[in-house]
Amino acid sequence: MFEKFKEWQENRHEYAKEWKRKTGGKVIGYFCTYVPEEILYAADILPIRILGSHEPQDLTEPHIFGMFCPFCRDCLAQGLQGRYDYLDGITIAQSCLHIRQAFTSWQMHVPVEYSYYLPMPHHVQSARAYPYLTEELKLFKKSIEEWTGKTLRNEDLDKGIKIMNENRRLLGKLYELRKEKNPGVTGLEAMYAVISSQLTDKREHSRMLEEALNKIYERKEKNSNLLRLMILGSEDDDTEFMKMVESLGAIFVIDDHCTGTRYFWNEVIPDEDRLASIAARYIDRPPCPSKDWPERRRVPHILNLAKEYDVQGAIIVQQKFCDPHELDIPAITKTLKENNIPSLFLEFDVTVPLGQFKTRVEAFLEILREEDLWS
Amino acid sequence: MRSAKYKTEPLKCWQKAKEIRENYYKNYAKAHEKGGIRWAGGAWSFDAIPAGLGDDVYPITSEPYGASVAWNKEFALECQEAVERAGYARDLCSYMRNYWGSVMLNKYVFGGEFPTPDFIWQDHICCSHAKWYQVVKDIEKKEIPFFCIDVSVGPYEQINEHKLNYVVMQMHDGIEWLEKIARRKYDDEKLIQAVYNHCRSTSLWAEVCALNKMIPAPLDEKTMYSLYVLGTLQKSSKVVADFYQELRDEVKDRVERGIAAVGNERCRVMTDTQPPWAFLKIFRYLEKYGCVSVGSLYTFGLIGMWDVQEDGTWGPRRTPQENGIEIKTRDQALRTLADWELKKPEWQHFYYPHLKSEMMIRIAKEWKLNGIMLHYNRGCEGLSLGIAENRIALIKAGFPVMSFEGNMGDEREFDETRTIARIDAFMETLGFERLE
Repeated sequence: MFEKFKEWQENRHEYAKEWKRKTGGKVIGYFCTYVPEEILYAADILPIRILGSHEPQDLTEPHIFGMFCPFCRDCLAQGLQGRYDYLDGITIAQSCLHIRQAFTSWQMHVPVEYSYYLPMPHHVQSARAYPYLTEELKLFKKSIEEWTGKTLRNEDLDKGIKIMNENRRLLGKLYELRKEKNPGVTGLEAMYAVISSQLTDKREHSRMLEEALNKIYERKEKNSNLLRLMILGSEDDDTEFMKMVESLGAIFVIDDHCTGTRYFWNEVIPDEDRLASIAARYIDRPPCPSKDWPERRRVPHILNLAKEYDVQGAIIVQQKFCDPHELDIPAITKTLKENNIPSLFLEFDVTVPLGQFKTRVEAFLEILREEDLWS
Repeated sequence: MRSAKYKTEPLKCWQKAKEIRENYYKNYAKAHEKGGIRWAGGAWSFDAIPAGLGDDVYPITSEPYGASVAWNKEFALECQEAVERAGYARDLCSYMRNYWGSVMLNKYVFGGEFPTPDFIWQDHICCSHAKWYQVVKDIEKKEIPFFCIDVSVGPYEQINEHKLNYVVMQMHDGIEWLEKIARRKYDDEKLIQAVYNHCRSTSLWAEVCALNKMIPAPLDEKTMYSLYVLGTLQKSSKVVADFYQELRDEVKDRVERGIAAVGNERCRVMTDTQPPWAFLKIFRYLEKYGCVSVGSLYTFGLIGMWDVQEDGTWGPRRTPQENGIEIKTRDQALRTLADWELKKPEWQHFYYPHLKSEMMIRIAKEWKLNGIMLHYNRGCEGLSLGIAENRIALIKAGFPVMSFEGNMGDEREFDETRTIARIDAFMETLGFERLE
């Protein structure tokens, strides 16, 4: 039942090209999940997230200094290789400096009809962020209107909000099932579901998700007696890693990733001022660490997730050189430890050493099972 | 050694610059002895704002402090190892790690215990700036109030009223917060004077840098590091503004008398980003070729505020005073300050590398450069942002570029021998042989 999500994730370019052919619509690639997709759906544009391919490459060396994260370089490499040649535009909402470079180099070297940099505020804990982002969304909407030649009325924005909220609600239901003692869905399947939602038309994705949910309820084979893990940290679409860990008698039941909960966790609460309500959703969402200050709100949020989902251990992954996550990891590790949740830290690159990681994960799982080597 | 082509002489105000820096760090450490307040924040913080709390409020800016630690190689290594032991990644900002290490070891690089600030007044410019002090709060022994302003509203060419408002309203919130945590009444008149000083300091520093267009250059970049730093410490203070005025007058006089920084000047280059502080001798090595580094966008544009002049060239931005503007209210002072700072040249490239490339190409042309040395600085993701694109743009514009990898504050990532070899090769490419 998750085959379709897997297929969409693996054949993302074919999907988008086919969507264009069928609808005659525009496709925009976005670099960060703070981009308000509601406005794009309102304009009948298909937003798809630009992700890497997990293949080694050397194309980005002249463009991005090697001290920046492998993910941002992998994303840019896709553009430089022409794999996104069907895009009509690109956009980014301000987040970390790393992915910003992928966007600016793409602007310079991979010509597209439209590009937009949305200065999403970082100080999301300040009341000043709400009116500011609302004004920025007005500018973004105006720019989209000028590009498409279509005026976006409230009804259009309502449509965009509905499409996005419905998908978020369904993903929420899927995640709710992961709280069960014997979850009917694996971490790998959940990852396919969330990532594919970033790569496809949400309406089609929601229909498929509804079908999948109905089938999960009937699923006979449940994942029982598995160690319940949480995965958290930088951007992570490494399905091979998920598969490997879940082949070792463990199951991921929850995450804190922008390819997971951070992407869909909260909804837009519709209000008369549509743009203000969209702005509030993005300001109030579980934050990326680059926006999580002065308080560290991620830490109690992660702890709550761990408790709600009855987590026995956590795997903390970090894209190499990812400063925002590097700055949070010691505080997260400490809090998990204080709450008797053991954690394993792994640094990710474009490709991960699955063999080595497997040994480390096996050792971690042995600790969780309190296995005595000599017994 | 061939005889020098130009006359050289030491700067008369050199000693004064050293004293201002020494007093700054001493005043911060001893603030409590005089009943004063001390605060910590970044070199990009709006330091004019806490000035409204009184004349006995002393800051310490964290990046120059991290650079001071870097200069002391043994202590820097001690700091870095302490930070790594505590579980922080080795590739994080090296200024930040030097600063944290100093706190963890409770050692002030200028002697004694590390003086804990009474509050933190920061602004958020890169991924690390606000988070820097989150960690400081984790590792300090007592609770420290922390306020941070987000300035990420886009490049100055796109500034409009609501973008400015976002910054200004955070500043207003900050003043209310300062009054509360310092339990003092805020003095708007002191704020206004500090804003005037801020504009005066930064405009004057740009004027000093503009004088380096002259051949021979009156200043070299290694010397400029010791002078621009005052602006990173407390640009809103009258002491710094007055010093820059004195410096400007002296450099003007050097230009009029043809006094050179490098007696055998025949090749002019610029660098980019912070240098590897423990290895400033590479600048002296350049002199063996008669090469002077006349500055960089970093030294010109981190503190200097610039504008295109009537003749189309770059020169100092006119201050509000020079434009006949009298600041009368708190809001006006904050708006002036925000508008002034958001135009900082070294801020623009955080958005688009082409903005930095254009400024660098302008410098290369107006300062009559033979080539450019780019420091691929592993210690600072903010100022290394887009550096590879800058390299391509500079080459396309016809300027030879040498790149070298290093780290401003962590000597373990700088290869001195290899860098020297690269300099030799670069000089050979530019057609210069060693003079001795």
